[in-house]
This record gives sequence, structure tokens and C-alpha cells, in this order.
Amino acid sequence: MAQIWKLLKSAPPTALFGLAVIAAYILVAIFGPLLTPYGESEIVGSQFELWGEGFVLGTDNLGRDMLTRLIYGARNTIGIAFVTTCLAFLIGGVLGLLATTLGGWADQLLGRLVDVLMAIPILIFALLILTITGTSVPVLILVIAVLDSTRVFRLARSVSMNIVVLDFVEAARLRGEGTWWIITREILPNAMPPLVAEFGLRFCFVFLFISALSFLGLGIQPPTADWGSMVRDNATLITYGDITPLLPAGAIALLTVGVNFVVDWFLHKTSGIRDDK
Amino acid sequence: MTSNGGNNGEVLLEMRGLRIEGQSEDQWNEIVHGIDLTLRRGEVLGLIGESGAGKSTIGIASMGFARPGCRISGGSIVFDGMDLRAASDEQLRKLRGSRIAYVAQSAAAAFNPAHKLIDQYSEAPVQHGVKRKGEAEKEAMELYRRLRLPDPENIGFRYPHQVSGGQLQRAMTAMAMACRPDLIVFDEPTTALDVTTQIEVLAAIKDVVEEFNTAAIYITHDLAVVAQMADRIMVLRYGDLVEEDNARDMLANPKEDYTRQLLAVRTYRKEEAPPDESPVPLLEVRNVTASYGGRVIVLDDVSVKVGRGRTVAVVGESGSGKSTLARVITGLLPPSEGAVLFDGEELPATYKKRSRDQLRHAQMIYQMPDTALNPRQRIRDIIGRPVSFYLGLKGADREKRIRELLEMIEMDPDEFIDRLPGELSGGQKQRICIARALAAEPELIICDEVTSALDQLVAEEILKLLQRLQDDLGVTYLFITHDLATVRAISDEVVVMLEGRVVEQGGKADIFTPPHDPYTDLLLSSVPEMDPDWLDNLLADRAARKARGEKVMETSDQ
Repeated sequence: MAQIWKLLKSAPPTALFGLAVIAAYILVAIFGPLLTPYGESEIVGSQFELWGEGFVLGTDNLGRDMLTRLIYGARNTIGIAFVTTCLAFLIGGVLGLLATTLGGWADQLLGRLVDVLMAIPILIFALLILTITGTSVPVLILVIAVLDSTRVFRLARSVSMNIVVLDFVEAARLRGEGTWWIITREILPNAMPPLVAEFGLRFCFVFLFISALSFLGLGIQPPTADWGSMVRDNATLITYGDITPLLPAGAIALLTVGVNFVVDWFLHKTSGIRDDK
Repeated sequence: MTSNGGNNGEVLLEMRGLRIEGQSEDQWNEIVHGIDLTLRRGEVLGLIGESGAGKSTIGIASMGFARPGCRISGGSIVFDGMDLRAASDEQLRKLRGSRIAYVAQSAAAAFNPAHKLIDQYSEAPVQHGVKRKGEAEKEAMELYRRLRLPDPENIGFRYPHQVSGGQLQRAMTAMAMACRPDLIVFDEPTTALDVTTQIEVLAAIKDVVEEFNTAAIYITHDLAVVAQMADRIMVLRYGDLVEEDNARDMLANPKEDYTRQLLAVRTYRKEEAPPDESPVPLLEVRNVTASYGGRVIVLDDVSVKVGRGRTVAVVGESGSGKSTLARVITGLLPPSEGAVLFDGEELPATYKKRSRDQLRHAQMIYQMPDTALNPRQRIRDIIGRPVSFYLGLKGADREKRIRELLEMIEMDPDEFIDRLPGELSGGQKQRICIARALAAEPELIICDEVTSALDQLVAEEILKLLQRLQDDLGVTYLFITHDLATVRAISDEVVVMLEGRVVEQGGKADIFTPPHDPYTDLLLSSVPEMDPDWLDNLLADRAARKARGEKVMETSDQ
């Protein structure tokens, strides 16, 4: 506990800001139902009511409370993005480390497979698959995770490439250790810092990607609240000079900035990059 | 050096109470504590000490420069009447390269790989407005000839990767000479070179420095090398001056204990192990030929026998195939022909097919203890893994065994068992590597250049420890090294390798007594000795033998 406190004290203001933002989002996501006066998709007023009494941020195109939907949107979007990123790291990370540890044809095969996947524009590919398979949440998670795992694979492979040639890995091989031991005990602990940093960035990208898909109508489906589709549903308000549709967009932007600040700080701490001079 | 500088020249460089601080984390720590240094014109001053002594930092400070992360915090540096600490960047820029030059340890890293040698030579004189390009190039060729580079007219038109390491170091010396500076700082110029190449570079440097009456600061950790080069020697330790004297006086009559220790290094000799009486040697490498990717043959019909309880040293220069031999024995590189036999039984060619017991019997210790230990594992896990993996010990038994092993390598278990490798010194890390090898209870330990990355005094402690362990446990060593001092200290038998072949092998006494194979002769005669006249005598001797028409190998680096 004291260590964590010390670590926080040494953090730059940007990182503290990022941490505060992330903490606030997580709290809101967890305690969402307690904070909101209405249900997630409950119609409580007429369409497009203005900010004020009863509806702090007005209502949307169907007469649902905007604030309520923003809070539920945090739950859905962040939750799905988090699960997706974890899955992407599981797939990409394990395969990337496996490729370098086994080397030879396994490395070649996985590498070429990833090349093929990466050659197709990710948004178009996702749209194509989601149109065919339908847009349930598990499918959404799986498709984005697989597509994103290619990037994780590349990173995990290049990081572990530099580790796998070190003498202690050779010593473990000559001891007769199995592949799993070498990956989890010898390589992974040394590859962690860049991977953790990448986790933060990847999370942002996944998050933006889900929002983009929702905006296009192929992401999280109504009536589930989601920031991307909220922008789309209320986009017409912009024409009348109302900034309400920008609020979910702003929520996305704020989280992305916060996560990036924290990731930057973490990268500087672990990689020894210095700011001086 | 035949004191051409001596004590009567005019003072060129004077440092008074020089203090330098280095940054670690967020604090500044003093690493050089008030050094006084006086250098006269034409004099060669040797700075000697182990790593961390501050010798390079002081050498660079003579140019008024501190490395990033260091700063000069006190004292004065006066070069030819000019206060370098007060000088502007512009004044310093004019000074550097033209009146003070620097020769780095790794010439390969100091040359720009994208430009030809001669263009890099001419850059400084042209930039400083001393000479025009044509003149500079003509002079470069003259210097290349003087430094005995092959084909001096054309070698300058090659790129850095097209010449060998020794040649590159000489080209860099030529480059430093380009503006005829008053002072050259040599920072370990021969440390990365093979012994036979080192001679050439030392002779060349000595020759040009004398010819142009240049003052020099010669930085090295090797007292025998500095004995050949310097008029005066300063011994440094932890940023303090230990002793300063004329080279000859210091070598003949060192005053401080530390200097005496440095002089006595390499005099350690083990007693010969009893010969192996059993009919089957512990390890036999039989007619092994190996190559990387099937093209370049790295080992050519190599046969080596290693008897039980003996220490066999495989010695050779870089590219001789000695490390490849270790890779074949451990099964990392399956040979294309031949076999490796352990205790009379043929081992599978690749380590992947060897049984756990076969792997256990042959352990390896690496050159770089930094990369041989996983930085994220604690000492307990590093040593404990082979204990539980091979011997199946768990819980309290395992802990007890780890502590025993730490005591064997003379490290206090309570203090070290929970540490990470990053919290240990180089010598301590190498001890942990030894303990990890011993944990498997092997019969054979392959030591691949285990002392090369360590300071001399630390290296000697490691050799003594290895010897004690052999006496106690009867383990057999295969020692791979380029360093003949190590061979002399620890081996029972010697295998000399050159270009993938075994040139000569036999008992230590046989190898070290003439007559030798010409290559063995070259290798043995090239090891610097503490005698200040050794280099001159050696060169005279080689010239005389050549004049008599004897076959004398001069270098293996052409």
C-alpha cells in the first residue's frame, strides 16, 4: 500500500489526471444503475427535450434520458472493449511468443497468416463478417479480438525476438525445459512492460473501433445504450446548434486521452526514457 | 618507451583537483574525487584501473568534455595555457579534432559505416581549414603506410566493414593524427582485439606517437599493455589516484598494495590434476565437421578428448570455431559429420533428443553473466530450478540445497538468496552462474570465456573458485578462451584452434615449451608481459628471425 502511494506521488500531473479519469469511468460503469434515475431504454419524455428540470442533459430522439444513457453507455462500451482487448492479447500474445520460441516453420506459418489478415482493411473486413454473421455481442467481441490480435502478435513477436536469443533462454533450453515453461517463466516476464503499454493503447483503439461500428449501425445494437450509436441517433441536433450529440463523443475522447497519459507514464518508467535535455 | 618526452618538456595539459559527478536516478554522485594530472609535450601517460575507476571519464575531461549524464563539478583543466572549463563551445570545437584527438575502444562503432575511410580521414583537416582535400588524402596514404596497413594507396577507399578490426583501429589512429594534434587520448584501443592483432596496433601507435612527438593519454585496464606504451603511469581506483610514477620505476618497485595486486595478476597457477586412468574419456569429440546453413564450414574434422577430473582449455582467436565447438557439444548445432561421445556413449546430435540425464551431465557457464541470468528471477529461483528439475527436491530440502550451493560459491545465503541479478556485481553474477551449473550435479562443465567480461582481479577470484570446486567435487572442465593467461592458470591440457581446425593439442607443459607449431608460437609470443622492453624486443626478434629466413607468422588477421 505504501509502495503504491509512493508510486502515485512520483507520477507526473498528466498521469494523475489520466488515472483519475479512468477511476471515475470505472466507478460510473460499476455503479451505473444506482446513479441513474431512469432505466436504460425507458422512454420518459418527448423527443429532444432541452437540458433542464427532470432531464439534466435533455432527452434523445426517442425521448429517453440522455444522462442515463451516457452512464449505461460507459458500462456497455467499456465492458465490451475491455473483454475484447483481453481476448486479443490472449490470442496475439500467446501466438507471438510461440512463434519466436518454436521458430522455423511455425514462425513462418503464423507470420504469413497474420500478414494476410493485416493486408485487408480492418474496418471493411469487420463490416463484411458482421453483415454475414449478424451482430450479437459475442460475435462482435470475437471478430474484433481476432482482427486486433494481429497487431498484438506483431508486437509480442518482435519483443520476444530480442529476448529469445539471450543466454538465459538458451540455458533453459539446454536444461530441457518445455516450451510452455520457456514462454511463461523466461520470456513473458521480460516482455511485460511493452505489452502492458500496448494494452492501454490497444484498448483505446478497440474502444474507438466499437464506437465506429456502432455509429455505422453494425456494432452494439439498440436499444442497448452505446456512445457510438448515441452520436448517430442524435446527430441531427448538431444542425440546430445543440451540442448534446457531442457529449458521448466527448466521453470517448476524454477516456482515450486519459488512458494515453497513463500509458505514456508507464512507458517512461519502464523503458528508462528520460525527458531531460 | 625510450623516454623521448621525459620530465623536461613544456607542460601541455594540467588538471588540478578535477572533480566529476555522475547522475544516477535523480542525484549527482561524485565519481572522480580531485585528481591532479600533468602532461608534458611528447609524453605518454598511462591511466590504468578497473572498471569504475574513472579513467575514461578523466581521459575525456582532458578535452573539456563530459559524457551525457556526467558533469565536471570542480577543479581546473588547462590545455596549453587555455582554461577549458571557461572556454566557449566555439573555442572547444576548434580545439577538438585539430589539437586534441580521441581514439575510441570500438573503432567499428566510431566510424560512420556509410562513408569511405579516407573521406572520414579528410573531414577533420578540411573542416578545421588545415588542409585541402587532395593534400589530406595524400597524407592519409602516407600515414596508412607508416601504420603498416596493407595496400596503403587503396585501403582508404574501402568502407569500414570491408577491413578487419585491427586495420580499422589503425585507420582510426591515422584519423586522429590527421591534424597533427598535440594530444591524443587513446581509450582502450586494443581491448576488443585478438592478441596477435593487438601487437600490430600497439607497435603502430607507438611508432607514430614517437615520430610526431605527440603527447598521449593511454587508457587501459591491462598493466602489461600500458608498460609497453607509457613513460609515466597513474593507477586509479574508485575515482582516486592510488599511485603515480615513471613506468619503469613503478613496474620494478610498486609502492601501494593495490598496484602490487595488479602486477601479480596472472601469476596464479594450479597444480596439475591427476591423469584420467580409465580407458574411456569422459567426453570425446570425434571427427566433427560443422557449418552454419551448410555453406561456410566452421569446424573442420575436429577431434578432442577430455579426461575425467581434468581441465582442457580450447584456445583460439575470434573466428577460430572454439565457441561453435561448444555449441556442437551441447547439441545446439548438430554437426554435419562426426559424433560427440559422453562416457563412451554417443549423444544424440541435437539437445532436443537428449534425455534429461544426458542434459544434466553437461552444464554450461557463459561469457556474459548479465545475459545468462534472467533479470526477473530471484537467486532462489535461478539456482532452485535445476535442483527441483533434475533432482526432484522440494520445499525444505530444496531450500537447504540452494543454501549449500550459495555457500559453495562463497556467497552468504541470507544476504543474497532473495536478490535479483540486477542487484549483484559482475563477479557475483558469474558466481551465481557457476552455482546454477553445479546445482545440476554435472560431470562436465563447459566454460565459455567465463572471465572475459570481468575485471582482472575479479577474474582471478573466479578461476580460483572454479579450481577449488574441481578439487572438492572432481568435476571436469572444458575451458573455452582466447586468453592465454587463463590457459596458463587453469588448464591441464590445451587445444589450439585456428580457422576451424585443431592446430596443436597436448599437455600444458608440452604446448608451452618449444618447439611450437608456427601459429601456437605467434599466439604465445603475442601475450604482453610486464617488461617495458617486451614489445621492442619481440619485434626485433621477429625481424631478426625473418631476416634469417625462418618461417614466422606475423598475424592471422589479413
